[in-house]
Order: sequence, then C-alpha cells, then structure tokens
Amino acid sequence: MPALEFEKPIADLETRIEELKAYGSSSNVDMTEELALLEKRLERLRSETYDKLTRWQRVQLARAPGRPTALDYIGKVFTDYQELHGDRAYGEDAAIVGGLARLDGQAVVIIGQQKGRDTKENIARNFGMAHPEGFRKAMRLMDLADKFGLPLITLVDTPGAYPGIAAEERGQAWLIAQSIQKMTRLRIPVISVVIGEGGSGGALAIAVGNRVLILENAVYSVISPESCAAIVWRDAKEAAKAAEALRLTAKDLAEFDIVDEIIPEPKGGAHNDPAGSSDELKKALLKHLAQMHGMDKPALLASRAERFRKLGVFEEIA
Amino acid sequence: MTLERFFRRRPPQQKENMANDDLPDLWSKCPKCNAQVYNKELEQNLRVCPKCGYHHRIPVKRRIEGLLDMGSFQVTSGKVKAKDPLEFVDTDTYVAKLERARKKTGRESAVYAGRGTLAGLPVVVCVMDFEFAGGSMGSSEGEEITRAIELASQEDRSMILVTASGGARMMEGALSLMQMAKTTFALEQLADKGLPYITILADPTTGGVAASFAAIGDIVIGEPDALIGFAGQRVIEQTVRQSLPDGFQRSEFYEKKGFIDMVVDRRQHRETLANLIAALRNQAKPEVTALEIKVPEPPRTGLFGRRK
Repeated sequence: MPALEFEKPIADLETRIEELKAYGSSSNVDMTEELALLEKRLERLRSETYDKLTRWQRVQLARAPGRPTALDYIGKVFTDYQELHGDRAYGEDAAIVGGLARLDGQAVVIIGQQKGRDTKENIARNFGMAHPEGFRKAMRLMDLADKFGLPLITLVDTPGAYPGIAAEERGQAWLIAQSIQKMTRLRIPVISVVIGEGGSGGALAIAVGNRVLILENAVYSVISPESCAAIVWRDAKEAAKAAEALRLTAKDLAEFDIVDEIIPEPKGGAHNDPAGSSDELKKALLKHLAQMHGMDKPALLASRAERFRKLGVFEEIA
Repeated sequence: MTLERFFRRRPPQQKENMANDDLPDLWSKCPKCNAQVYNKELEQNLRVCPKCGYHHRIPVKRRIEGLLDMGSFQVTSGKVKAKDPLEFVDTDTYVAKLERARKKTGRESAVYAGRGTLAGLPVVVCVMDFEFAGGSMGSSEGEEITRAIELASQEDRSMILVTASGGARMMEGALSLMQMAKTTFALEQLADKGLPYITILADPTTGGVAASFAAIGDIVIGEPDALIGFAGQRVIEQTVRQSLPDGFQRSEFYEKKGFIDMVVDRRQHRETLANLIAALRNQAKPEVTALEIKVPEPPRTGLFGRRK
C-alpha cells in the first residue's frame, strides 16, 4: 500500500522494525528490547498521527489508494450480490453499480458509486463520476427496491457528478434533481453511507436516506476543496486551507446533524484494514435496519422527510 | 497602442454645474443590440429590450409586479437570517459578505416570497435574488423556499418559483447541500395536494439550485438565453479541455434537448402562467388583463445614462 505523505514516518518506522527483526533472526543477536522500544514508539507515532488528523489529511484518507470501494464493501459485507446493469433508457454507467444482495440473510437493494482501484479501472469507471444515465440507473434500482419492499442501501463515494459536455447535454441537473425527488418518495427503509468522498450534488442524489451514516475518515461537502480554492484563491493548491474552511469531516457533519452516526475505522484508516472496516459497516447497517424494522410505509416516508426538514442553521427574525 | 490611444475619443469633460445635470437618466444602451432604449419603455417591457428581446436582469420586486394582479402581493419571506455556522473565512469573512449583501438588497436572504393572485388565481410566488450573494442557496434560503412551498400547500395555492442562482452556497458547506433535499421534500406535500408547481429558470440557474427544485417543476419554463446547467462553464472547459459550443447550456439549448418545456419571453409570463395554472387545476380560462407597469422615478444622473 503506498503510504500517504503524512503516513510516511509511520511506514519508515515499520520498515525499520522489519529490517531489525530480520537482522535479529539471521544474526542470532537478541533484539527483543530494542524491538519492544521501537514498537512502542510506532504505537505512539500512530496515535499522534491518526488522533489529530487535519481536515485536509482526512480528505487524503478518504481518497487514499487502496481504500475499500463500494464493490469491496459489497463483497465483504453482503452475500449473494447480483449486479444489475443499465438505465433502461440510454446506457450503462460503470460509475454507479448496484443490484440485489443479502445482508445477514435479508434481501436488500444496493446502489454504490464506484471508483476504480487502479488507473485502468478508474478510466472505465470515470473516477466514480456519474453521467445522467448513472443516476437514471440508480433511480430504477430505487424503484425496484420500493416495488418489492426491500431495504435500500446506498454507498456514496464520488468526487461529484461528471462536469462534461455530454453530461450537461443529457440533463445532469435534471437527473440529480429527479433522483433526490425519487428518494423523497421511497416507502422503504433507506440507509445511505458515505464511505469515501461525498462530492456535492452527485453524492446527495443517492444519499437521501432515513439514516445517513459516514465512515470516520470519509468526507462530505458542497464543493471539493480544490474547486473551492480555485474559486476563492484562484489556486487549487490552497485546497488544504479550503478543506479547513469547509468543515467536511465526519465529526463536523455530525455536529450539524447532517449525518446520524460516524462508523469507526480501524486505526490507520480503512485502507490499512479493509476487513475491519467492513465489519464496522456491517454492524452499523444491521443496527439501523433493526431500528426501522416494523415501521410502516407512511412512517418511513414521514420520518425521512422530518429528518431533512430540520437541516440548516439560521436565525429566526423576531 | 499609442496610436489607438491617440485616436480614441476623449470622454467629454463633465463640467461642474452643467445645466444637464438635473436631467434624469432617460436612456440606456442595450448590451446586445447597442440600441439606445428609452428607460421608461424598458421598464414597461419588464426590462426586456424592445428592439432585440434581450432580457436584462430584473429586480425581484419588479418581477413580481409584472406577474401578479396589482396590489395582490403580500410578502411572507424575511422571517429568517443567515448565521455563520462554519465560521467561514476565505479572503474575507462570510459575516462581512452577508453584511454587504444585506446592505445591497435590503433583505436578509436571497429569497423573496409571498402570496398573491395571478388573474384571480391564488398563488405563492418565490423569487431568488441574484443580487444577494449571487442568489446562492444557504440554510436561510432553503428555509424560506421550504416555507413558501409549505404555505402554498396549506393555503391551496399554486406555486411559482423563479430561480436565479449560482447554486448552493459554499460558505455554509454541506448545510447548503442539504437544502436541496429539504426543499424537494416540501414539494412532495404540494404534489400530494394536487397543486401545480411551475418553475421559471432565469439567468443564471446552475449548480445545486438547477439540480434540485428548479429542474422538477410540473412545468419548467426558461427565460430566453438564460444560462442553465449543473456545472459551470469554466469547470466544464477545464475538465474537457475544449471550448464550448455556441449557445451551450442556454434555455433554448435545453428546450431542444428535451429538458425545458418552453422558452417564454418575460413579457408573456403572466399570461402563460395564468393559462397553465388554470388548465392544470381544470378551471375556466382566466381573463388576463395587461399590466400597467409602474415606472419608478429614475435616479438623478447625467445625460444619456452616464452616471456621475
């Protein structure tokens, strides 16, 4: 796993420990004491790094190479995943995946924004940036879930909806709006989880859930730090500053009730322990599904509407 | 450069105490066809150039005067004001930016809304004000729009929403984004009651506003030549690294692509809306009287629109 810039000291120390271990066993010199010391130091370094990440570092973690993608979680958290393709109108958009699966035996419909795991796959998946047909595909999967009364799980991970000529021509704004609208009408339990990057309208289009959860190192924002910096400081390199200003971390979002729960990630982030992270996600999904168990259709609709009605911070004028 | 400068006509020197100073600003120049248009005529045309049809931006109050039956409008917005939840600072503080927007417009948010009648039909009209921070949508704008829609549901009124906005307001972060969902939920109540919801997309309608309530009117009307779309043109150009075709993302473009029901000249909005609303509610075709546009007193400036 290539380490992120701020993870390098940790990676370096890990390498040194490995080297020392190898030296110890090959040369029969007792290194136990030294090793224990170094392990302790590694632990401290890890805590120092991951316990007080800056917002910009979180953004980097949210985008880290090797961070589990939607399909990775689908494979680890669910069973019997059957992917369904196409929007039944225009085409197939690989930036959004979805289909039927089982969560601890319960049949569910999943929709996920899918980034590539390497350059080649990223190109095929358009870096997780959907075109209108992707949102149309998501909408028809929502209809499927609604028709059969199956819970819907959406996994959010996109830099945003694709800002290209063809996307605009095919009505990007309309499809995002329609997808949001579709979600306001669903009479099923809907859980949305931001697993990596929640990029603006493209993220919200599939994130209007009864519950909106977020992984500890995921981010969710109205605009990417780079775009914000480009607008404000006319320089995308000021992204770190923009990330601070935008308050886009899980903790920030929880403060404003934009998310209902932060799902913890193993120390070092999900990319360092995909299995551990999947376990946490599964636990959270099961818990929230159980909480909604037995709610009738009007109650599911009403509670979702109520959840979003309260969002916003403003002052009442007397 | 120097030659050009040499031949450039010098602006006539304004002398103190010129008799003409007392003359009001009578004409202005159309930025599209360069015609000198008599200001009174421009106002009577709801700020549409009578020569070429160019749509100038129009102040929100004037727009409402041009839509509703005279004297029927009661403002209901102005109940909430923005806070600074993120304590957002870029080159300036959000608080200072808000203060400037308030001073400029005399309003607390980019939304101006109220109830009234249009050819006798009960409506709620909600207009976004581009003059207030680019019409951007923060928490208070989302709340005002939501309340306007709720008012229409409660009072059985048709809903007219005029958008002019760059999108969600960056300075309130994801809170702004959430307003897209909040407003859409309110529209569902309106739909449940079978009340018409008509959107008019004015220049510009982009980003999170385009990608939420603007796009999902029962009927979506574009103002001529209005810029509409999800992504901004600069962003698209940087992404695809090519220049954009002429007329890209304009009302007429989206009408052709099948996303806008019709492009309607501002001077016809009143009649068009009256007919559409009456038809959707299956009521008799209303009598639409032409509006007598009140022309405001022009500001005292120099001759030929030159401001001092």
